[in-house]
Amino acid sequence: MTVPVTELESHVTAPPGEEPDDSGVQKVAGRSPTQLALARFRKDKLSMAAFCVVALYVATALVAPILVKTGVLDPLTLHQDLLDVNMGGIPKGSFGGISADHWLGVEPGTGRDVLSRLVYGITWSLFIALSATFVAMGIGTVLGIISGFSGGFTDSVIGRAIDLTLSFPSTMMLLALSGVAVAFMTGTLQVPAGDVANALYVILVLGFFGWPGIARIVRGQVLSIREREFVDAARLLGASRGRLYFKEILPNLWAPLLVYFTLMMPAFISAEAALSYLQVGVKPPTPTLGNILTDSINYSVADFVFFFTPAFLIMIIVVSFNLLGDGLRDALDPKTHR
Amino acid sequence: MTDQTVTSDSGSAKSAEQSSEFAASRLAGGDGRDAILEVENLRMYFPVKSSGVIRRTVGHVQAVDGVSFQVPAGGALGLVGESGCGKSTTGRLITRLYQPTGGKIMFEGKDIAGLSPKKLMPLRRDIQMIFQDPYTSLNPRHTVGAIVGAPLLIHNVVPKKKVLPRVQELLEVVGLNPEHYNRYPNEFSGGQRQRIGIARALTLQPKLLVADEPVSALDVSIQAQVVNLLQDLQREFDISFLFIAHDLAVVRHFCPEVAVMYLGKIVEIADRETLYNHPQHPYTQALLSAVPDVKQAAIGGRRERIRLEGDVPSPINPPSGCRFRTRCPLAQEICAKQEPPLLQIGERHKVACHFAGEIGQHPTKPVTARLLGIDDQGNPDPGATPDPNAVEQPGFADTWYDVQGGHLGAKA
Repeated sequence: MTVPVTELESHVTAPPGEEPDDSGVQKVAGRSPTQLALARFRKDKLSMAAFCVVALYVATALVAPILVKTGVLDPLTLHQDLLDVNMGGIPKGSFGGISADHWLGVEPGTGRDVLSRLVYGITWSLFIALSATFVAMGIGTVLGIISGFSGGFTDSVIGRAIDLTLSFPSTMMLLALSGVAVAFMTGTLQVPAGDVANALYVILVLGFFGWPGIARIVRGQVLSIREREFVDAARLLGASRGRLYFKEILPNLWAPLLVYFTLMMPAFISAEAALSYLQVGVKPPTPTLGNILTDSINYSVADFVFFFTPAFLIMIIVVSFNLLGDGLRDALDPKTHR
Repeated sequence: MTDQTVTSDSGSAKSAEQSSEFAASRLAGGDGRDAILEVENLRMYFPVKSSGVIRRTVGHVQAVDGVSFQVPAGGALGLVGESGCGKSTTGRLITRLYQPTGGKIMFEGKDIAGLSPKKLMPLRRDIQMIFQDPYTSLNPRHTVGAIVGAPLLIHNVVPKKKVLPRVQELLEVVGLNPEHYNRYPNEFSGGQRQRIGIARALTLQPKLLVADEPVSALDVSIQAQVVNLLQDLQREFDISFLFIAHDLAVVRHFCPEVAVMYLGKIVEIADRETLYNHPQHPYTQALLSAVPDVKQAAIGGRRERIRLEGDVPSPINPPSGCRFRTRCPLAQEICAKQEPPLLQIGERHKVACHFAGEIGQHPTKPVTARLLGIDDQGNPDPGATPDPNAVEQPGFADTWYDVQGGHLGAKA
């Protein structure tokens, strides 16, 4: 339906040929709104630090599966010999059995390597949170644009759907449906049972109950954007609805979307942890930050290091994402001041 | 038409002195060129909804209420009036951004008022628009190349590889550096942005351009450049213009023919010399008296300023009869009872007023009464028969009514 504009946009990166090329003189190159925002963002030290932490997490999440495959990390092997049977399976040695082989000790009761589990757990947690965020933002953005642009009856219907979703007792529902839905996915839909089905269930449930917020924000933005004359200009050219929604309006939304993305990610990371505690989602022995934390709660006094590390990792990533979101919002909208 | 006498144009001296300028303005009629756009009894009523869950329609904003005019091929019609008089709405109706409530929009002989979006698609290439605000009319997230090239891609008129050369060609036409195609709108000044908007409108080589206050958001020094650019383009590409503005000086410069709107209706329409020098409608006269006149100021003293009392009435509930009567210094009983028709009173001059006349020379008796079959107070006159020709027509007829002579007649 849409004729790609990429043909023209691809020239954006081409160097402007007519610039006066006085060497030594700073070129007054034209900058797009994005470039201006990035320049503002780079000046904000706290946001840059948060960005670095987030980048570190993402890098960890990406390399962890490779490290597990190559055997550098080993989140599953049991090391019963490192546990003190007389103490009820508490690791031998101080601080949860920290040693040269196991930098963060081993898991009480099973003896699995804590560092390996945490690193691999980050992969699972970020994957679940990211996928759920994409589902929520995809639904929310499309419905928000349609709602805001169409107005009238469509707007009312989507508005009521948002109210309905928000008023739904989602936690109870996802607990109650957990078994049935996973059985349905593995049975009827032929989704591989186990981790994949469990993760998919969490992703879909979080995504489905997460879209109303973004839909409302997008709708509000679209209400103001659609009154601008460039939308009329596109309609005057006979642009299709798809082009209006996704070529004209969507590019003007990416600033709030990006900010919302960075605020939604930590919320879903926490949500995944909470759901793990309620026995919904990816189950051990496959590690996620959530189910490691759930396991560790029983040892909060006996093995403090094991309890502290997953909680600490979750806290750091949540705080970093939030700071990143705040920084992006400030950078993208220069009119707001803290 | 038995009682009509043949009279000569009473302002013969006037028409002689302007005959040369008349010739230019008559390009449409006299040159044998037809009107490219003919609007007949165009109406746009916006519903006013009540608040609450069940949003009933409680009234209508009569933004445009029965407007008729012609735009000559290759010519320019100016549409002036104060804010809220419906001139922008008229422009948006013609470009079919709005669906008209009623009336006809004949573009090249085809009525486009009721066409579906699909059937409108080919016509979109012929009718384009220049927008008022260059700061909101360009998508800030698209490069200039994408903005100007979008029409080509949407209408699929050239292969994708030819888009960029065409874009650069257009940028050059409107006086921008063709190498700037990969820049964003925020890197350009207001005047440059308006040129980008003009380039976009030109991309599909339209036959009719609706210019909705194309210069009112610009500095005065830039206004002249843009108006001159539009004039050059009109000459070069033979484009017809519907030029909407509230700046009377700009319209005078650009448009050989001008229509004055008040509260959704055209009150006076004429070629520019007649309209600016011999306005007959009290509203036009008031509007023109508000324009600062450098020549007058130079010889000392100012032109008499006609001050209108009160505000523009609400278009939801416009006054009965003549819409201007609540603020009109000439208003009499008939004005409340009977709406004055837009009557042709000169070769290219129409006015909608019961007491049409030049400043200080307005007749004391309504000149339209006999035509409408009513007496001087606006009550139906059983003895008189209404003239069937007193109905509004989009164009100018070969015969017209001589008001100044004190009697109604037609010149063949």
